[in-house]
Amino acid sequence: MTSDASASLTISVTELTKKYGRVFALNAVSIDVRAGEFLTLLGPSGSGKTTLLMAIAGFNRPDSGRICFADEDITVLPPHKRGVGMVFQNYALFPHMSVFENVAFPLKLRKISAEEKHHRVLEALKTVQLSDYAERGIDQLSGGQRQRVALARAFVFGPKILLMDEPLSALDKKLREEMQIELKQLHRQLGVTTVYVTHDQREALTMSDRIAVINEGELAQIGTPREIYNRPANQFVASFIGESSFIPLHRDDSGQLVHEGVAVLPVPNEETGKEWSLVIRPERLLLEKPKAKRTNGKIYFDGVITELVYQGETAIVMIELGNGKILTSRANTRAGDDVDSLELGQTVSVSIDKNDAIVIPGETK
Amino acid sequence: MSWWQKAASETQVTHRQRVWLYILATIIMFLLVIPTVIVIPMSFSESQYLEFPPREWSLRWYQEYLNTPRWVNATITSFKVATLTMLVATPFGTMAAYGLFVSGGRMSKMLFFTLMTPMIVPVILIAIGTFYVFGRIGLVNSIFGLVMAHTVLSVPIVMIIVTSALRTYDLNQERVAQSLGSTRIRAFFEITLPQLKFSIVTAALLAFLTSFDEVIISIFLSGGGNSTLTKQMFSALRDYIDPTIAAISTLMILLSTGLMLGLQILGGRGAR
Repeated sequence: MTSDASASLTISVTELTKKYGRVFALNAVSIDVRAGEFLTLLGPSGSGKTTLLMAIAGFNRPDSGRICFADEDITVLPPHKRGVGMVFQNYALFPHMSVFENVAFPLKLRKISAEEKHHRVLEALKTVQLSDYAERGIDQLSGGQRQRVALARAFVFGPKILLMDEPLSALDKKLREEMQIELKQLHRQLGVTTVYVTHDQREALTMSDRIAVINEGELAQIGTPREIYNRPANQFVASFIGESSFIPLHRDDSGQLVHEGVAVLPVPNEETGKEWSLVIRPERLLLEKPKAKRTNGKIYFDGVITELVYQGETAIVMIELGNGKILTSRANTRAGDDVDSLELGQTVSVSIDKNDAIVIPGETK
Repeated sequence: MSWWQKAASETQVTHRQRVWLYILATIIMFLLVIPTVIVIPMSFSESQYLEFPPREWSLRWYQEYLNTPRWVNATITSFKVATLTMLVATPFGTMAAYGLFVSGGRMSKMLFFTLMTPMIVPVILIAIGTFYVFGRIGLVNSIFGLVMAHTVLSVPIVMIIVTSALRTYDLNQERVAQSLGSTRIRAFFEITLPQLKFSIVTAALLAFLTSFDEVIISIFLSGGGNSTLTKQMFSALRDYIDPTIAAISTLMILLSTGLMLGLQILGGRGAR
């Protein structure tokens, strides 16, 4: 099995709307998933990401809008005719069947010969590194092994689309991170179009080709992990992904964005609003050495340290500016960075490279 | 350290401090169990009358029971009605429980409580009501009418047991089965039903016992050739008291405890 566009389908979601009572779970959402792509639906709980996934799987009926696999409209096709592999949050393995029977289930439904079935189940179990577990019962497996069985069951019948609903959220942190990499490798190996739901931004950044950020039933932004992180389109995306500080900026008559009387950056696009915000990612806000020379390529802030948190590889330094705004810097703890000598109440300067500065329209709290 | 001084559980309380509790619990146990088991020695009495303790032992009242067509017929009727009730109430109760559980919402909660009312309403009211209605449509004294009325009593029991089993069941399993290519109905039969098996068997046996032990509705609705065992016992008690009743009671206790024990063993194996 290699990455092969013919082994996968595009999914196009057009103006999909679903209401529960008066609440829009999905409000005219349109997303195109490319063939073979790993797309993550990322959003807080209740954002509508799972509703969208379930609509693609066929478990709810949208009020309006269309879902197509390739050119075929499947908006109201029952789930068992869609041929998508699905992995649920709590695995949903069949506890009254062995590992082999679980994985063989979709093949049994397709009336595949016993020999072929045997071969394909073992192949799938080998792919998820569970070759020796075929005859085990489900209750004899660990969380990570269950997850692998659920995966094998979802792809054993060769679906052209794979849907996953927070499949790793029940695992502990270390195992989850290992599985993220494994899932990514599996995706590369199978080449199947994958839609993955998570509320964990780091997981989304780690695994995805593209991320669709969903908030309150609407698509907030869609893009590669780098685009989403480096160029958030709005305040929701900027604050949901990463731990950002926000600084209000005003646009002056010459098209410059001004912070406390100092022009810091040009307006980045055509938008005409007066109020803007500077988004500062903590790892890009650097502590300045005392009396270091200031350059034009950076934006500087002076303040007092109000909190120091040592976290091993990095330390969090919170700095209160003269106007009461608090900036967060994530500093390296290497000897040369002098983080150890910082003290609460100390006055420091911090800076951000203008290339690292993110500007979004609108005022922020 | 003697047993008396040891902690009775994961607390500081010792067995010595708990003695009063053990005595109280024993008294309560006796009060609960004695009225049930007292009929057992009485049934083996040689005497014409119910007496305790019996002065002489014999099996004559068991013979009396088995040799009296009235009793044998009533027993057959009871088994027939109870079996039919079980066969009707179990699928209907299971379907109702599943349907209401899956659909959720306020409407299904109301329906659930409506179907539960036979458990809350005094049975005598149901008996009078069905007697009146069945009288009009000619179902009194028929096995069919009795099965219908007993089904009304048994369905809530089946629903409670199956619903509580569904609460710990992950419905996503059915969703997965559907996404893997199974129709919804097939997913129910292949995935959900096997996992509810034990609860449904329990529910069926309890439905059987509910019908088998039922007196009040049977008094109203059964008669003549279709009298149930309980109705026959009630009539017999009114007319004359002899230890046949004790013999039958003993056999009924045996049946009930036998079924419950069987369930326990089955459950022990089901849980693995």
